[in-house]
Amino acid sequence: MRVPLSWLGEYVDLEKKTTPESVHEALVSVGLEEEEIHRFEVTGPVVVGEVLDFVDEPQSNGKTIRWCQVKVATKDAPDAPAVRGIVCGAHNFVVGDQVVVALPGSVLPGPFPISARSTYGHTSDGMIASAKELGLGDDHTGILRLVTMGVSAEVGTDAISLLGLDDVAVEVNVTPDRGYALSIRGIAREYHHATGANFRDPALSVTPVTGSSFEVAISDSAPIRGTQGCHAFVARTVRGIDPTLPTPPFMVARLVLAGIRSISLPVDITNYVMLEMGQPLHGYDLDRLTGGITVRRAKSGEKLTTLDGLERTLDSEDLLITDGSGPIGLAGVMGGLSTEITDATRDVLIEAAGFDQVSIARTARRHKLPSEASKRFARGVDPMVAAAAAERAVELLERYAGGTRDTLGASVFEPGAGQYAPVHLAHDAVMALTGMEVDRSSTAEILRSIGATVAETDAGLTVTPPSWRPDIVDAPGLVEEVARIVGYDKIPSALPPAPSGRGLSHAQATRRRIVNSLAAAGLTEVLTYPFVSHEDNVLFGHTERDVVLANALDSLVNRMRVSLVPGLLETAQRNLSRGFTSLALYEVGLLFHADSGSLGTAHIPEGAKKPDPKVTAELYASTGHQPWNVTGVFLGNALEKTPGSKARVFEVADALDAARTAARAAGAELVLAQATHPAFHPGRYAELLVGETVVGFVGELLPRIAKARDLVGRVSLFSLDIDALIAARGQQPHGAHPLSIYPAATQDVSLVVSQDVPAAAVRDVLVEGCGELLESAFLVDDYRGEGIDAGQRSLTFALRFRASDRTLTQVEATEAKERGVALAAKKFGAVLRA
Amino acid sequence: MSSSHEISAESVASAVAAAVDAFARATTLDELKKEKTTHLGERSELSLLNATLRDVPADRKAEAGKLMGEAKGAVHAAYQQAEALLEAAEEAESLLEEALDMTALGARRHQGARHPLSVLMEDMADVFVSMGWEIAEGPELEHEWFNFDALNFDADHPARAMQDTFFVEPVERHMVLRTHTSPVQIRSLLERELPVYVVAPGRVYRTDELDATHTPVFHQIEGIAIDKGLTMAHLRGTLEHLARAMFGDEAKIRLRPNYFPFTEPSAELDIWHPTFSGGARWIEWGGCGMVNPNVLRAAGIDPAEYQGFAFGMGIERTLMFRNNVQDMRDMVEGDVRFSGQFGMVV
Repeated sequence: MRVPLSWLGEYVDLEKKTTPESVHEALVSVGLEEEEIHRFEVTGPVVVGEVLDFVDEPQSNGKTIRWCQVKVATKDAPDAPAVRGIVCGAHNFVVGDQVVVALPGSVLPGPFPISARSTYGHTSDGMIASAKELGLGDDHTGILRLVTMGVSAEVGTDAISLLGLDDVAVEVNVTPDRGYALSIRGIAREYHHATGANFRDPALSVTPVTGSSFEVAISDSAPIRGTQGCHAFVARTVRGIDPTLPTPPFMVARLVLAGIRSISLPVDITNYVMLEMGQPLHGYDLDRLTGGITVRRAKSGEKLTTLDGLERTLDSEDLLITDGSGPIGLAGVMGGLSTEITDATRDVLIEAAGFDQVSIARTARRHKLPSEASKRFARGVDPMVAAAAAERAVELLERYAGGTRDTLGASVFEPGAGQYAPVHLAHDAVMALTGMEVDRSSTAEILRSIGATVAETDAGLTVTPPSWRPDIVDAPGLVEEVARIVGYDKIPSALPPAPSGRGLSHAQATRRRIVNSLAAAGLTEVLTYPFVSHEDNVLFGHTERDVVLANALDSLVNRMRVSLVPGLLETAQRNLSRGFTSLALYEVGLLFHADSGSLGTAHIPEGAKKPDPKVTAELYASTGHQPWNVTGVFLGNALEKTPGSKARVFEVADALDAARTAARAAGAELVLAQATHPAFHPGRYAELLVGETVVGFVGELLPRIAKARDLVGRVSLFSLDIDALIAARGQQPHGAHPLSIYPAATQDVSLVVSQDVPAAAVRDVLVEGCGELLESAFLVDDYRGEGIDAGQRSLTFALRFRASDRTLTQVEATEAKERGVALAAKKFGAVLRA
Repeated sequence: MSSSHEISAESVASAVAAAVDAFARATTLDELKKEKTTHLGERSELSLLNATLRDVPADRKAEAGKLMGEAKGAVHAAYQQAEALLEAAEEAESLLEEALDMTALGARRHQGARHPLSVLMEDMADVFVSMGWEIAEGPELEHEWFNFDALNFDADHPARAMQDTFFVEPVERHMVLRTHTSPVQIRSLLERELPVYVVAPGRVYRTDELDATHTPVFHQIEGIAIDKGLTMAHLRGTLEHLARAMFGDEAKIRLRPNYFPFTEPSAELDIWHPTFSGGARWIEWGGCGMVNPNVLRAAGIDPAEYQGFAFGMGIERTLMFRNNVQDMRDMVEGDVRFSGQFGMVV
């Protein structure tokens, strides 16, 4: 809402020292949001001039310019030339016309500084301005002739104040609960609340007149959510207007500052009254109406051509204005073309109606017609301002359009329109909710100042909200009114008593350890968008049933990820393209699995009421499965070349290392199971398990896929389902092993086995066979080649033995090792390498 | 028996002096060892003199023995001193040879980094954890009831249409990507016993195109406290505490009236700090208010008995003005330079 200060000043006293900034500050203090300040950006000298004479001078470029003699004498500057020669490109004026002359030294919007300049063989001593050049509209077909604005003034008069170009508007954002503040009337009231300045309600400055004998019927056969579509309909008529008469300059200037184009006098007047009173109006050409007006719901498929010339197919929820000919307007949203006021119109019917917020909001959304009118109706228009607004429009049509009021009209109000249920406000309510001490009489006074009717009882106040405050429905709403007018800065400060919290949950603490451990291990955390393509979900997540966005920003990536891999690959590629070739990236985030059950529910339970346990359970079950996941990607160098050491390339073992780091942060040890995955290198992929549970994978991306994504070199990845990891590990405290302080005996063993046997399996049987004396077993060599048969390999393990109660002899260690070798021989045919 | 090998003050002193001198002149430990053989070995002057002790007459034996003992002590001491000096010199030389240009040491692995948004989110949550609040969580793919209806957003309320919501197919099943962390309020109230003091940091979604100041995927932290007797004064006190914890003791906050469906009274939260880029000024930080009774009713809580406050703010926005990040795209693109400059601390 843009508020020209000259207009605001008509309904509230503005002190001399008032500035746009001070108005902003005042309005913000009562709950409006500060936006821009709007000005015409015209500075003087800009004066009224009279064209005394001109000569048309054809130019070599084909244009004809006018060399004009313009009288601009000013009383204020008697020494300045009284008549100036000015070159003008327009031809829409005659000798004797009064025009607006921007003299040298003035600045027009742009900024466009005016100076005397040589052009077309003359010295042009100023400029004759068009409406557009003054910021008054779009008209640039010629210069502005004051006669077209119905203005005549003494030559030399300051045109800036004459045309209202010295006005300034403050823009504020009005929250959706405050429909009434989308008007000068509402803003003036708020300014009064903020500053105490005297407020004059414009709705009370006119005396509403009720017309009669124009037939209006409200017939809502299908109220939306039980609310009648139309609760007020005031119609007034004015006869004999001349719609081509100029709109007065003050009105043009205010409309322009308020962000509304000047169109024609009747339209300007309806817009002007809407801005002033907050009541959208519609004007009909009375002669083009067929009989009376009926407000009703549309029939499905019914058609209406709206003012913008579009034929619209209507929905049965749309509320219509109809006459004997059928639909003539989309109620509260846009009028119809067939009854539009034209230059030929003489008699007009003004409609000031009240429509249901929901009905208008839905229609405006449905037809994508957000208008100034629908915006106001959707937020609520004071039903009781209709008659005053209609009367104000009648007055203005009489004053500026040469019309005469007629008694033909109508005034139809649904019972209870503008009347709201009283709200009880306990005496201690303000204190109890805000901690602010506001005494009873101040509370009552404040509530009266917002327009409420207040009755005091022993238990509290009984407050009936005014007709423009449908948003006030409960005590907290009243407390907010009191608090904002007293001032939120008066609210004291206190800390609540400390609750006995239990700190981070086990899962939260575990996630923190994981995310920190990976950064400490040299990986960089990124946060990618969870939007992916269906193809990527199929490729990396083995799922056809993914979560589909109905209104994705990019239709190619309209699915919710079931894997962090696609996002990380894209991020890696972006870094590569920026010259970062060595990357270790990871992300911790949610995945989105639709699961077997269907997402969502068929119905939304109502608000303000706890759903029954069955429905609550359905709501909780409706969101599918959204586990926390951690995934990392590695490519390029693990170690860059430095003095004395060579570069080392990231390998899949680095990904495994990181996976182990993350798992250890969750208290779990990972076990590998060689496996395959269509997106991964067939020989370089393994599932990661905790116990028997698969919790993730590690592998090298299939080179073809890496290449298709413009990734250079080998790309290694790991991924862990954090929730599964935590569940598999459990929350039981770790049981410690006693530490033996006796010396260890170390021995190596090399076993020749088939290459088909996983090293981990060989190690497992070795560990099992060696028994409890074995402390650790590390694979230190995997040899294939000379001395080993084809298809076989030699695995060398470094074994460390230790007893808990004595110093172990080499003989004992050797015997233990031999038991391990024997079991490996039995299970896998392993042979001790000579 | 040669007279030259006779224990006398002179002969002993001469042998000691020769040994001490030789030890002092040795320049390496090897040389010193040779001199040790010469002056302390079996065939050394001192040993030979010592061998004559048995021939010394009984009345002089004690004196000669003492003389020899002192001499051996002196020569051993001289040796040890020389040895220590030479060892120190050789160690110093070898250390000198091993010297590295410590400023040229290579990195043994890449330094990792946390994303500043997630670190900031943790830091903010921890302010509350340290006050005894707990961290609550909820799904990002959320049911409309939790995201809107339970939060007092009527189906036709303009505020609901204003939220640029991502909807999920089929839309008749009423699933959305949560537009704020506020649904966690309802989940917490449904799941926990009263009183409830929780913060909910997390990801949220709006259908904004990515540019310098918007991103369709961003983060918020939400707080809700429901207890007996909580007022806006507690809201102010809590937010002041957060402001000071995150920005320093000079930080101030301001509440301005505003509108949110799920709070009443509602307020916009501004923060002021002398060191903000662009100077000491008020910056819009978040929204807050007293929890609307309808929200409590949706969780089955009697608003006549319990009440409380809620607040929320954007993490991206906080990072922008707290850490002077100019462009929101830097936070979402995953450029390693962005996280890298923060390391582990935001």
